[in-house]
Amino acid sequence: MEGDERMSKAIEEKLYLIRYKADDKSHLIIRNQDACLNCPTKECNFFCPADVYEWDAEGNVTTVAYENCIECGTCRLACPAYNIEWVYPKGGHGITYRFG
Amino acid sequence: MADERFDVVVVGAGPAGAAAALVAARGGLKVALIERGEYPGAKNTFGGVLYRKQIEQLIPEFWKTAPLERTIVEQRLWLLARESTVSVSFRDDRFINPPNCWTGQRSKFDQWFAAQAEAAGGVPIYETGVTDVVVEDGKVVGVITDREDGELRANVVIIADGVNSLLGKRLQAHREWQPDQVSLAVKEVIALPKEKIQDRFNLDKNEGCTIELVGETMGMAGLGFLYTNTDTLSLGVGVMVSDLKRLKVKPYEVLNGLKQHPMVRRLIDGGEVKEYAGHLIPEGGFTAMPPLAGDGWMICGDAAQMVNAVHREGTNLAVESGRLAGEAAIQAHFAEDYTSASLQEYATAVRKSIIHKDLKKYKGLHGLLSFPDSDKLFGQLPQAVNDALFDFLSVDGAPKRDKQKLAFRKLEKVAGGRMDLVRMALKGWRAMNG
Ligand SMILES: Cc1cc2nc3c(=O)[nH]c(=O)nc-3n(C[C@H](O)[C@H](O)[C@H](O)COP(=O)(O)OP(=O)(O)OC[C@H]3O[C@@H](n4cnc5c(N)ncnc54)[C@H](O)[C@@H]3O)c2cc1C
Ligand code: SF4
Ligand code: SF4
Repeated sequence: MEGDERMSKAIEEKLYLIRYKADDKSHLIIRNQDACLNCPTKECNFFCPADVYEWDAEGNVTTVAYENCIECGTCRLACPAYNIEWVYPKGGHGITYRFG
Repeated sequence: MADERFDVVVVGAGPAGAAAALVAARGGLKVALIERGEYPGAKNTFGGVLYRKQIEQLIPEFWKTAPLERTIVEQRLWLLARESTVSVSFRDDRFINPPNCWTGQRSKFDQWFAAQAEAAGGVPIYETGVTDVVVEDGKVVGVITDREDGELRANVVIIADGVNSLLGKRLQAHREWQPDQVSLAVKEVIALPKEKIQDRFNLDKNEGCTIELVGETMGMAGLGFLYTNTDTLSLGVGVMVSDLKRLKVKPYEVLNGLKQHPMVRRLIDGGEVKEYAGHLIPEGGFTAMPPLAGDGWMICGDAAQMVNAVHREGTNLAVESGRLAGEAAIQAHFAEDYTSASLQEYATAVRKSIIHKDLKKYKGLHGLLSFPDSDKLFGQLPQAVNDALFDFLSVDGAPKRDKQKLAFRKLEKVAGGRMDLVRMALKGWRAMNG
């Protein structure tokens, strides 16, 4: 059913609905990639509501798509190694909700 | 900006900050209201219920001009299992005049509320993030913004920067929240024609309905909500961050699951998703509240964990604390005393207010929500209650007496035996009754 398809949007489509003004500098920084390499759970790949973090097994790094961040703050306190340096995007940048 | 000096700098133009700025500006103080978003509300989201009482104290009959969605006349609670729901609802026309609460949208409401503070003389400084507080001789004397030359001096800094309060942490008012002190909520705004909403929810023109959803959160401590706006629905779910970590579930998958639930699906069918949003909710409650004031500063709203999760109240507590902080700033101004001792007036006022009373009542709740009890309360128990009712209401030749016994046994089994059922009930009762 068409209605149903529209309802179960993939996360990319969900994020597409949000207005972003990305800064050219990331506001999310992985402090130490070695900590990620040794991180057994890689929870950031799951708890982020915008799929910002992804473990790149070939390059052995956590990749950060900071442009997609919806600024909830979860990664700041949920990474077990506190390995994410978290600040807000520069004033006026980042997400703008039209409804909220 | 460097030479500008204010009596009060308020950081964050959410309900707490806007209320503080409004009160202080009305009191004749020179106030700056700083917000990092493009406009107030641009960064904010919530489930969607705004209450009359606390805003009315500042702006009588505000509902005649404020941008609000529907007046809530009916509140429902759904206990969800896989395929079914147990539903409790309450409707009363006395909720209409005067209204008790409305649904609203933050992008509109926060802009309007902050505009009231501007009208009272507050100076808006938007699209500007505060990166630090200026501390001299142990006193807060201003803030640093991410603007060029962006230092602003003030006698008092009111910190209303929400749940992620980086400034509160900077002042060591609190440590980092623990993953079991916050939930992560994701939400969608779904457009649906007005008439469809009214038909499906049994509402008249401006009337609204809220549904709180318990269960179907994959056993994680959390709640869903489905609220009616004028021509959109707000559907969301918040789950404890510690549970998300434990189960490694993607938050939007919990929401997608809810959207597929047969009862929910019927109500949102044919709707078009307009926006996706995510935000943390402070759930640490009473015991997680930090010190509220120090030399040259006060802290309000979500930044100080002032949320009553049981009653989904947060905006009203934010407004209340903002008002009290604004009043304390005025007193400090006229006494020319901005020390911690003087600003403790604010902490005392909070203690006497509804904020303290309500949060104190539920202070035991936090303990109840941790695994494995959370798995029982938010997963197995809703399913068992639904199953028990299915059996009880099925007319299949078995005597009612046996059915009742069977139903009770099902609940008992989930709790892990009769004593455990009693233990959980007691624990729940204590959590709700301080
Ligand atoms: C999903 C969800 C559902 C909810 N449902 C309800 C409900 O139905 N009813 C209800 O009453 N409450 C509800 N709440 C709670 C309510 O939203 C909050 O309690 C309330 O918004 C707190 O107000 P606040 O002003 O303290 O913080 P916020 O509303 O978070 O405002 C903080 C402001 O500060 C700004 N800011 C932050 N840092 C900086 C900085 N460094 N520099 C400049 N600006 C900064 C932010 O951009 C933001 O505008 C819900 C919350 C969520 C997440
Ligand atoms: S959870 Fe933290 S430490 Fe582990 S991979 Fe992610 S960022 Fe790295
Ligand atoms: S703040 Fe939220 S949305 Fe942004 S990266 Fe962290 S978890 Fe993801």
